[in-house]
Amino acid sequence: MSAIYVLIGFSLAAALGFLGAFIWSIKNGQYDDDYTPSVRILFDDTQSNNSNSNPK
Amino acid sequence: MSDNRESAANETPRCYHCGDVCDTEIIHAHDKTFCCEGCKMVFELLDDNDLCTYYDLEKNPGIKMRGSLGDKFAYLDNEEIESSLLDFNDGDLKKIKFYIPQIHCSSCIWLLENMYRMRDGIVQSQVNFIKKEAYVTYRSDQVSLRELVELMTSIGYEPAISLQSGTKEAKKKVDRALYYKLGIAGFAFGNIMLLSFPEYLDVQDFLEDQYKRLFGYLNLVLSLPVFFYSASDYFVSAFKGLRAKYVNIDVPVSIGIIALYSRSSYEILSETGPGFMDSFAMFVFLLLVGKWYQNRTYQALSFDRDYKSYFPIAVTKLIDGVEHNVALNSIDVNDIILVRNGEIIPADSTLLSNEAQIDYSFVTGESDAVSKRASDKIFAGGRQVGASIKLRVDKAVSQSYLTRLWNQDTFQREKTTMNRLIDRVSQNFTFMVMILAMGAMAFWWYQSGMSESIHVFTSVLIIACPCALALTVPFTFGNSLRIFGKLGFYLKNTDTIERMAQVDTLVFDKTGTLTQSVADEVDFHGTTLNPTELQLIKSLVKQSAHPVSTALYRYISGAVVGVDSFKEVTSKGVVGEVQGHQLTIGSSKLLSKEVVSTGEKLASVAHIEIDGEYKGYFSLHKAYRNGLEDVLKQLGNKYELYLLSGDNEAEFENLRPYFSSDSHLQFNQTPEAKLNFIQSLQEKGNKVLMIGDGLNDAGALKQADVGISIADDVFQFSPACDAILRADKFDCLPKLLLYSGKAMRIVRSSFAISISYNSIGMLFALNGMVTPLFAAILMPISSVSVVSFVTIATNLSARSLGFNRNKLEKNQPIV
Repeated sequence: MSAIYVLIGFSLAAALGFLGAFIWSIKNGQYDDDYTPSVRILFDDTQSNNSNSNPK
Repeated sequence: MSDNRESAANETPRCYHCGDVCDTEIIHAHDKTFCCEGCKMVFELLDDNDLCTYYDLEKNPGIKMRGSLGDKFAYLDNEEIESSLLDFNDGDLKKIKFYIPQIHCSSCIWLLENMYRMRDGIVQSQVNFIKKEAYVTYRSDQVSLRELVELMTSIGYEPAISLQSGTKEAKKKVDRALYYKLGIAGFAFGNIMLLSFPEYLDVQDFLEDQYKRLFGYLNLVLSLPVFFYSASDYFVSAFKGLRAKYVNIDVPVSIGIIALYSRSSYEILSETGPGFMDSFAMFVFLLLVGKWYQNRTYQALSFDRDYKSYFPIAVTKLIDGVEHNVALNSIDVNDIILVRNGEIIPADSTLLSNEAQIDYSFVTGESDAVSKRASDKIFAGGRQVGASIKLRVDKAVSQSYLTRLWNQDTFQREKTTMNRLIDRVSQNFTFMVMILAMGAMAFWWYQSGMSESIHVFTSVLIIACPCALALTVPFTFGNSLRIFGKLGFYLKNTDTIERMAQVDTLVFDKTGTLTQSVADEVDFHGTTLNPTELQLIKSLVKQSAHPVSTALYRYISGAVVGVDSFKEVTSKGVVGEVQGHQLTIGSSKLLSKEVVSTGEKLASVAHIEIDGEYKGYFSLHKAYRNGLEDVLKQLGNKYELYLLSGDNEAEFENLRPYFSSDSHLQFNQTPEAKLNFIQSLQEKGNKVLMIGDGLNDAGALKQADVGISIADDVFQFSPACDAILRADKFDCLPKLLLYSGKAMRIVRSSFAISISYNSIGMLFALNGMVTPLFAAILMPISSVSVVSFVTIATNLSARSLGFNRNKLEKNQPIV
């Protein structure tokens, strides 16, 4: 049963890792604007006049 | 008349750039139609730079161009001003944040982010759609700030540059703190639940004691940041409330949190039980989710701008006859300043030039310009129309009329929030819970001693923790705010909905509220004019900036021709020669022959004389808003209606039928009189809602229980008010008021639901039967069911009033 100590250690470490990633992403400004990127990703990089997609 | 124009409008094509109906002139170019030169120019500019994807993303995304640039942005060449606006400055590489109110669709994002293609030196630009901001990085050795702003203005995105953005340091990142708190609470909640899982199974001896102890201590550690960091806002708010001697909803919430946390800690440390750390973390997490949801709905609304936002940031100062652009703050008494056409007069001053036409619509809401002569006093806030004028500053900017008006107590005062429903409920609720908990403790002490009594005491507090209650308000009002926002009605905060529901008296301003601020109804009386004559008139009035001229220009359709000579006679009219014809347009004093009085008392009149022959006159009525009659009739059944106008009594007879007595229509009101009138209504115990526009209503709007400002476009100036209503949605007003009442009813029913959950839980708590599993099930069930109830109910009642949620219109921010 002592394996449980190790497993809990691992699971907590993994969870802390994700928490750290989340905090880092906030710091990075990823949550400052949660609308514009959803539109931006639909723009074509190159000039093409056949894009009639309406992102809204 | 307006009906005729509208039916004609359906046949005329729409502008390819801005989507407006081409009613005054149509320009055909590049197989497309444009409503004005400005729109065509923007199209050509984009076309040259291969940026026509702009038009593929959205239909007619453009913004109508108004006026020309001139030297408007010359002040940006001033280094002091430039550096106060910059966010980052590394010699040549500079970063700046612009607030651009015109951002309204995905095409805007695309164009603004592709600006680097139009001009060398623009390194990068990024848009935040919700905040309507653009962050631009540019190289100042290749493009100056002024050129950058002028480029943006030329494509229709004029940044709103203000003193405020110059002086205020970057606002604190409050939003981010909430994300941190939410993340930590979520992390702790998930892990604590996992570690508590064995307890739920309630299998004795399934876990050896050493593991129980380990899990308990881990839970305790995990919950530390939740208690001390994530939940801290609630303690602070409850403490502030108590210090102000009133019980807000955060008080019972905090009591619940503290009871949960201390009971659980005690149980873990004393090894008497597993504690309720899972419920505790879940509770905090759910509360924060509610708060996050509420914040999201606020983001798009920027109400915090004060009068400084509307002041120019720089003025042209004359030193020994040479023009200098200086920052507004550095203007002193006795400085000589130059104010150009369309600029706002920044400080109270004396006119040095011979003549000036000051448009005080910014201050008084009235659109007719006032003429001033040399050495007249001119108050700050007016806008010069016509040639540039010289002024001597009499008072520093901070002591000017406008600033004083704004600094009056009413403007500073925050509306009282003491009587909010949620606070009344939480007050009674807290009181009841404390009595119950004390009573139960006394009973159990008597029955079975201290330890059991404390157990029951804390159980009651834990079960009574008003999680669902605290979530009701953010979700109901947050959702209502979204629904309102989609209808073109933007509220400053959720309290406004509650106050709207209580209103019994409505006060209207006239100019710009009941009447449309721009469009006039034009009628012609006299010999019918042939198309050539109309063309001559249109060509001549095009030269003049007077409101009557602009209205006539807009009214007459067709193209214009060149004008040979033109003269504007101040406050009388215009005379000129067009294609060999002598034209006189204006008041009867200008005409060569005497004319009979027109009998028009209500309207502005422009007489027409062509080659010495009198043709007749145009009469201009202020047009009432669409559906005004219906709105006033509907509202009249439910509310007391009043009218306050700064104008004379010309339209008394027109409006009288809608109001219950003569005394309900007050004319010639100064801003102070309006404010006092509202105050006197409130002293009689009325709850007053005021609808107005213009800065002169600002005091009254702020004094009223609910102040709604009408805006012809959402980007327009809005004084300190509780809500902004889009002018074209004026006819929705009765429905909006009705809906606010429905929202309050939904809140009350959800209070009833959540309190019944609490009562059921209380039965168990009083009997000392609360287990961690019970708490962990009851809490999410009550919260989730209450939240889904209010979400469904708000949407259903919006639909029952005919609000179609899915219909998004152009220029509406997405909330």
